[in-house]
Amino acid sequence: MTMPETNTGTEALRPHAEDAFAHELKALEAADDRPRPARWKLSPWAVATYLLGGELPDGTVVTPKYVGPRRIVEVAVTTLATDRALLLLGVPGTAKTWVSEHLAAAVSGDSTLLVQGTAGTPEEAIRYGWNYARLLAHGPSREALVPSPVMRAMAEGMTARVEELTRIPADVQDSLITVLSEKTLPIPELGDEVQAVRGFNLIATANDRDRGVNELSSALRRRFNTVVLPLPATADAEVDIVARRVDQMGRALDLPAAPEGLEEIRRVVTVFRELRDGVTDDGRTKVKSPSGTLSTAEAISVVTGGLALAAHFGDGVLRPSDVAAGILGAVVRDPAADKVVWQEYLEAVVRERDGWKDFYRACREVTP
Amino acid sequence: MTPAAPGPLLLGVRHHGPGSARAVRAALDAAGPRAVLVEGPPEGDALLDLAADPGMRPPVALLAHAADDPGRAAFWPLADFSPEWVAVRWAQEAGVPVRFIDLPAAHTLAAAGEPEGERDSGARDSVRLDPVRLDPLAVLAETAGYDDPERWWEDVVEHRGTPGERYDPLGAFEALGEAMGALREAYGDGGHSRDLIREAHMRQRMRAARREFGDAYAVVCGAWHVPALRAKTTVAADKALLTGLPKVKVETTWVPWTHRRLARAGGYGAGIASPGWYAHLFAAPDRPVERWLTKVAGLLREEDRQVSPAHVIEAVRLAGTLAALRGRPLAGLTETLEAVRAVMCDGSDIPLALIEDRLVVGDVLGEVPDAAPAVPLMRDLTRQQRSLRLKAEAQDRELELDLRKDTDAAKSLLLHRLRLLGVDWGTPTASRGSTGTFRETWRLRWEPELSVRVAEAGIWGTTVLAAATARAEADAAGARELGEVTALAERCLLAGLSDALPAVLRALADRAALDTDVARLAKALPALARSLRYGDVRGTDAAALGTVASGLAERICVALPPACAAGLDADAAAELREHVDGVHGAVGLLADADEGLRDRWSAVLRTLASRDTVPGLIRGRAARLLLDDGRLPGEETARLMGLALSPAASPADAAGWIEGFAGGGSGGGTLLVHDERLLGLIDAWLTGVPERAFTDVLPLLRRTFGAYEPGVKRTLGELVRRGPGAPPAATGPGAAPEGFAPELDPARADAVVDLVRLLLGAAPGSEPAAPG
Repeated sequence: MTMPETNTGTEALRPHAEDAFAHELKALEAADDRPRPARWKLSPWAVATYLLGGELPDGTVVTPKYVGPRRIVEVAVTTLATDRALLLLGVPGTAKTWVSEHLAAAVSGDSTLLVQGTAGTPEEAIRYGWNYARLLAHGPSREALVPSPVMRAMAEGMTARVEELTRIPADVQDSLITVLSEKTLPIPELGDEVQAVRGFNLIATANDRDRGVNELSSALRRRFNTVVLPLPATADAEVDIVARRVDQMGRALDLPAAPEGLEEIRRVVTVFRELRDGVTDDGRTKVKSPSGTLSTAEAISVVTGGLALAAHFGDGVLRPSDVAAGILGAVVRDPAADKVVWQEYLEAVVRERDGWKDFYRACREVTP
Repeated sequence: MTPAAPGPLLLGVRHHGPGSARAVRAALDAAGPRAVLVEGPPEGDALLDLAADPGMRPPVALLAHAADDPGRAAFWPLADFSPEWVAVRWAQEAGVPVRFIDLPAAHTLAAAGEPEGERDSGARDSVRLDPVRLDPLAVLAETAGYDDPERWWEDVVEHRGTPGERYDPLGAFEALGEAMGALREAYGDGGHSRDLIREAHMRQRMRAARREFGDAYAVVCGAWHVPALRAKTTVAADKALLTGLPKVKVETTWVPWTHRRLARAGGYGAGIASPGWYAHLFAAPDRPVERWLTKVAGLLREEDRQVSPAHVIEAVRLAGTLAALRGRPLAGLTETLEAVRAVMCDGSDIPLALIEDRLVVGDVLGEVPDAAPAVPLMRDLTRQQRSLRLKAEAQDRELELDLRKDTDAAKSLLLHRLRLLGVDWGTPTASRGSTGTFRETWRLRWEPELSVRVAEAGIWGTTVLAAATARAEADAAGARELGEVTALAERCLLAGLSDALPAVLRALADRAALDTDVARLAKALPALARSLRYGDVRGTDAAALGTVASGLAERICVALPPACAAGLDADAAAELREHVDGVHGAVGLLADADEGLRDRWSAVLRTLASRDTVPGLIRGRAARLLLDDGRLPGEETARLMGLALSPAASPADAAGWIEGFAGGGSGGGTLLVHDERLLGLIDAWLTGVPERAFTDVLPLLRRTFGAYEPGVKRTLGELVRRGPGAPPAATGPGAAPEGFAPELDPARADAVVDLVRLLLGAAPGSEPAAPG
């Protein structure tokens, strides 16, 4: 994984997908001779290749962006090609946002037409707002209109993204219905409308685990094709995902790569998987599950945090003591119940395990 | 005739491929051969006429079994969409001869029987001779860049020949034959050395056909065999391969089959994962994907999911685009299912599992005309099925039987006998309404493999009755554990196998003598006693059964006390308590035959009730059983209860005692209502339980008292509220009622004995059981 970073000159902490992987996209575009839907930068086949990885005829290696079942990516890309909206569903940390960003980057070359869903997302964020100074000065006009990312995507035939759709209040969610079924956004104040041009589509992500979500109305749900992103099927796959992302993030944060870290990553993933599944990897011992989701994304942040610790305060090698505190924080969400779960796990599983002595000691130290 | 390759028309197919089937039909239509040869055992030739019978509905299988060992059998399943079936039907419609040309089953079965030295005739380890050879296709598919050979075949062959686009019907077969030729050159026999013999036989049969029809005949066989059949070999070489093969006498017949059996998961599966989908592809006149998704939508609507035509439209579009993305000519099963998941199922796998089960595999049961030769046992079964009006159906069906009716009793006998033979057509289930002994509820489900079981059971006899009797006797002799034999004995009684019973009972007595586990003995006794009591034994030697049962009871009396004292945990105690109850009931039923038994059993109960190491639950139960039998005086009962509930006893054990003594369902509540002394003891104990322990015993107490009838609960509540010191309202056994002397006056009591005897209809003079 030695890939030149193309940062488009800016010192972005987290470059957009289309910038970070610009050379891959360019190579794919050059190699791609298959038919493309209107205003698509790449053909559906090339988009799938961009996400799943592969080697192009000219020797360019496309890194896999999504490690998981091939069919999920294929169905997602195909959905976008059939102008149906795509809903990516899954528990937290299953790379929903990641997939949606890269899909938008590959299809439209722009992943920034983004509406972040929160409990306070107003209708303006999905439809349009007004520049009030101009509105007062000149009265209602197209110039006084502040278009939302969705509106821009419709006008320009791009891919819009809505993150955390289920966090958005139900009435605001439903303003998407007209957009998705009529492919038009009326502006009654001007007696006008914005019609979506070919190439417009929308990717929404939602998670079905968190508390405090607003269920999608069935009217809206019907407008989406749903793809459920699963948790990594095997420990090896999960270790691979964590290592890959940690590597990418580490480079963005100027952290030294840790070749010996793989063992520690495997350990973190093992702990997360065992606690999540409620049974040890060998299938022999039952353990209690804590209240947190313990997603792959959390494992990634634990390892990244550990790497930073190791780089700045340690000898640069990822050690058990670097990840112990992070794991504790991820596991113990509820101070009373989860602590019991964690201590039981430490005593019953970790202590007995061969080669885990350092890890056990480190965990004991940080566990209050 | 094929202009390119002179000689017979060789149609290499994939077994059970709908595309192959279509192509075969088109090719036969185009070439019009004068005879058709099909891969399959020549023994089936005689049965081919039946394929044209209107009563024949695929999926069916050609069954060949060794005449002397029906357990050694092989099947050639055929569905509507099997190319072989299509070829057979085509020939019959065109009025040309059709023959099977594979190696005779006589040889394959003989060869398959050889390496196995010892065979368990009861087990269903029939030799599976699967003629499907899929591996060569994997190589071709890999060469073409496919990871899944099935998908490759679908794309290259199955999805061809859809109406509207007319290919050269023979071209595909030629191309495929050439590809296979290249493969066979590279791989030889591919590790299937038997194929060489089979192919030699096929060539011999082809030579015979050439003498008769010239080159104007067609051969339908697995694509793998095509190059070998085209190869030039000498008659002598083929003959040499075929001489000296072992041989058995073989009988063949048609048996009904199902889609489930065709599917890979099935026991005698034909190796295809999606028979329902293939049947659809074969049957759909046009637009297979649209029709399929409409079918899926229909199923989902039946299951109350909201699926609109708009959903179907979107699913069709998604499936089509997905196929295009993957570079496939037409959406296949994977694409349509993924489209269904994304569009109709909200990305969930649960409704998809339903679709897989009901549509992709499907619930189709074939039918075979009555004229098909049957194994003798099968004929007997069919006769009984007809006379009892029990139809063999693949769907689950519930059957309620009232054993007082003759037909229902006969049905019950038949089903029980079949179960003894390992033909689990019906499984007994718990009756919903009545629990009377004259009722039985069965769940019926005819699986095609049951035909196989019937064929296997044929070695036991020629009728269901004779076969079941023989089987029961053999099983009894071979049984290792007591439980097996007692179960067998009861099943013999249920199945009315009076001839088998002596042998079974002998085995039962032997096993009981050797068995050391009292729980197993205790479990066996009630069934025996029941059978004896209710006269389930029709004309059997009831005395023999009674002797066996008494012997069993004796053994239990010896073994029970030590078993109960051996430091049992709560679950084991609860289980043993059930056994104590069961044995008590059984002893009550057996007592007519053996009066001494009742006394011995009472002694056992007394031991149990008074031994401290026995768990409270069992002690309480034993005390109660003794009390009910009038063998425990009231004083003694109160003493035992006082001991059990004294502060030294652990609260949990005491609560167990109460559960055993006064547990719901046994009239314990009424007992407490009528005997305030006992109620007072419980009340005093309960108020004395420490607070900490109270929460521990509460669930147990709740279970005990919660089961009482509302009236009893209310009365108890009132009694307790009134307090223990109040005058007793009623009398209990042992307590001296108001206005009576504390002891009975024997002289005065004797005066009424004669009258009571008269009322009870007992013979005067006989001594009633002495109350304890």
